[in-house]
Amino acid sequence: MVFDEAKARAQVFEPITVTVDRGRLAFFARATGQADPVYTDLAAARAAGHRDLPVPPTFFFGLELELPDPFGYLATLGVDLRHVLHGKQSFTYHALVYAGDTLTLRSRLTGVTVRSGGAMVLLVKTTDITRDGEPVAEASSTIIVRDPEAGQ
Amino acid sequence: MMDIAVGDELPPLVVEPISRTTLALFAGASGDHNPIHIDVDVARSAGLDDVFAHGMLSMAYLGRLLTGWVPQERLRSVQVRFTAITPVHGQPTCTGTVVSITDGLAKVKLAVTLADGTVTLAGDAIIDVN
Repeated sequence: MVFDEAKARAQVFEPITVTVDRGRLAFFARATGQADPVYTDLAAARAAGHRDLPVPPTFFFGLELELPDPFGYLATLGVDLRHVLHGKQSFTYHALVYAGDTLTLRSRLTGVTVRSGGAMVLLVKTTDITRDGEPVAEASSTIIVRDPEAGQ
Repeated sequence: MMDIAVGDELPPLVVEPISRTTLALFAGASGDHNPIHIDVDVARSAGLDDVFAHGMLSMAYLGRLLTGWVPQERLRSVQVRFTAITPVHGQPTCTGTVVSITDGLAKVKLAVTLADGTVTLAGDAIIDVN
């Protein structure tokens, strides 16, 4: 794979605005074995002092994937999705977010590292997440792209 | 101030072995539809024997470990490295240990470990203990 580093650095992500869906949170809880009713049952959430179902800590990762073609930027860079591994993930939190909240996600590539002549590429994508203009969280993903044709 | 001390261990979270159904549900619920996690034909075309679990599924389990221990509003940050793939039927156990408390912020060292001892995720979280 001839990885175009300059093209990666110039990659622009359009902001995403998404409203958190209560049913989706309940689905996420079920898929992750979360039995705490605060995350699935509105009455339980309210009894615990929340105004709606809270967004659990790692759910933000999926909000960016609401786009019609969430991995399109990788295809644009010539990356085969089958050769992608998730290397690192982090979240920083400023406020709890709830079902019904409308969030804006702004992403950018903050790190592009090409190793071994393109046999391995590390991409760091940082996403600022805001609600009514106020930051609620930041997310950072490091993905590792391996080119099997380049060998080890 | 919470009653937390350096060396405290969080109650471990042992989850069921990860089934293909879980991967299918997590793909839908998380929005990560990368077929490498749900379609064995795609996995084989990439030279793998089988699909493997989303790293974010294991990170979601770490989220459960943390929010089962403290109210979520105390969670300031969480960060992990994905150190090994989780195969289908792998059984993750999430663990956490308080390694420092500074200025009202506790640092919790985190790990997800499979039954054979493979560490799949390693990282830490910062918890507001004031």
